[in-house]
Amino acid sequence: MLSLIARRLLAAIPSVLGIVVVTFVLTRALPGDPAAYYAGPAATAEAVEQIRVKLGLDQPLWRQFLDYAGDLARGDLGLSVSTGQPVSEELLRRLPASLEITLLGLLLAGAIALPLGILAATRPNSWIDHACRLVTTLGVSLPIFFTGLLLAYVFYYLLGWAPPPVGRLDSLYSPPPHWTGFYLIDSLIARDGRVFLSAAGQMVLPVITLALFVLAPIARMTRASMLGVLSSDFVRTARASGLTPATVLYRYAFRNAMLPVLTTLGMVFSFLLGSNVVIEKVFAWPGVGSYAVDALIQSDYAPVQGFVLVMALLFVAINLLIDVLYTVIDPRVSIES
Amino acid sequence: MDNRVATLDATSDASRPSALAAALRHARYVLGENPVTAAAFALFGAFLIAAVAGPWLAPFDPLATDAARALQPPSSTHWFGTDQLGRDIFSRVLVATSLDFGMAFAAVALSFGLGCGLGALAGYYGGWTDRLVSRLSDTIMAFPLFVLAMAIVAALGNSVANIIYATAIINLPFYIRVARAEVNVRRNAGYVEAARLAGNGELRVLACHIFPNILPPVMVQISLNMGWAILNAAGLSFIGLGVRPPQPEWGIMVAEGGSYMISGEWWVSFFPGAVLMLAVFCFNLLGDGLRDLIDPRRRT
Repeated sequence: MLSLIARRLLAAIPSVLGIVVVTFVLTRALPGDPAAYYAGPAATAEAVEQIRVKLGLDQPLWRQFLDYAGDLARGDLGLSVSTGQPVSEELLRRLPASLEITLLGLLLAGAIALPLGILAATRPNSWIDHACRLVTTLGVSLPIFFTGLLLAYVFYYLLGWAPPPVGRLDSLYSPPPHWTGFYLIDSLIARDGRVFLSAAGQMVLPVITLALFVLAPIARMTRASMLGVLSSDFVRTARASGLTPATVLYRYAFRNAMLPVLTTLGMVFSFLLGSNVVIEKVFAWPGVGSYAVDALIQSDYAPVQGFVLVMALLFVAINLLIDVLYTVIDPRVSIES
Repeated sequence: MDNRVATLDATSDASRPSALAAALRHARYVLGENPVTAAAFALFGAFLIAAVAGPWLAPFDPLATDAARALQPPSSTHWFGTDQLGRDIFSRVLVATSLDFGMAFAAVALSFGLGCGLGALAGYYGGWTDRLVSRLSDTIMAFPLFVLAMAIVAALGNSVANIIYATAIINLPFYIRVARAEVNVRRNAGYVEAARLAGNGELRVLACHIFPNILPPVMVQISLNMGWAILNAAGLSFIGLGVRPPQPEWGIMVAEGGSYMISGEWWVSFFPGAVLMLAVFCFNLLGDGLRDLIDPRRRT
């Protein structure tokens, strides 16, 4: 098991290398001369030249790449031009806010999509099957920024059930003392019930929006793979051997049907991390996505590159985790390799 | 002898129109079976008309502002209401169709051309070509795709053309994958061997004999991809990339109306958002329908 995980880690190295190379290329592909950009429009030729030397842009490309990789290894993602703050600190501070809604959104989507997909597969052509099909086709068609705004309109403006869709906490409260950065957990540690409720309330709409979006691929895959497994020989044998329907369904069919679902989960995370950017803009959520978007609008590139790099590395880590989970669910994989 | 040739010709002549008729019958059967697909085709037609003739069909100038008529709810004159500058939202939504469809079409066409080319080469030659192309595709897939698109637009510059390039690049792996797999199975098929034996060069065999045969599955990929490309382009302009404000585009219109949504003026974002959703929905239904038509086994 451990050696398998080590092997997977090794296999992820080319991806990480590819990511670093791509982000480096994207840095150097900036339109115009970065030195002139950083020097500002009023700079003299000497000043531009000085900045060029300071930024290391006079070095050959391979040298620049090594410098860049060295900075990355030390966790240095550069300075944001507009705030003057180190990008890595700001990203680290904002990451929990993004992860909190992403993970809760995924949990909620899974909690709805898995039962829905299983029910649809066990009762083909029933109303629940049709409902599942409708949800999956509608779900992938929803522009996530539009659903977010629509939910805010209905639940905040019309019904008044949700708090104003701005930020992580009602402005009455100050954030709980920092432990994990996840407000739900921090407020529990601080035993502050009101902050917990306020944070949870602010989270409801973004989480539902994210869940609606990723529900579709999970439900679709669950249904399809359950259908496939239920008509396979080993399920027929299990049924013929007189096992109870529940055992057949959960112990035999479900476990096997989960493998393709787990594979789609990688794709789902790709969608989730992308839609986070949009959701954070809709709900004025102070996460990493809104940080990157704000920087992008001000042509402040270091935060954008840092953000892209962090998201990509996070995505690689998630895919690794999925691979490991795969071997936990399916022992055949570790025997084969 | 002559007689036999004549009968052969006669049968092949007769079989051609009947093959066409059979295809049409099959299409009609599938469409009749699934009226939703037929509706999607009709909707697609309507969108195409709006994209081509939008500027002529629009009742108002999409850029004309009128402060006296700002933020009016939908009425018989302004079907979708007016926005904060008094512009007619219906006209803006209609005119935006060509830009949104144009961006998505251009992006999908680019990734179709490049992705199919690379994927076909990888599937046909294998070896180093395959390893290089697969590595490229893996590297793209190592990023969360929307985030990569953002980064590309940030690096290349904030313009509509770069939104198209970014959308094309993040869609590349899907075409590479389909083309590679489909070419790989056909690489040593009987008719390919025959074509080779008849003295066709490798590239000619690939382009003229294999490529037409992988088009059906690629077509399905295209129509499923179109919806996603529109969503992606609109999402990028929603966060403020590419399209510049006065120009009508669905994503940016939703963004502009966002703050009015929570003060009750729902129509400013609702209509562009709803039309965008309808367009994506239409493409997804079309994709499913095409798949039923071309590959009934994968029906779900």
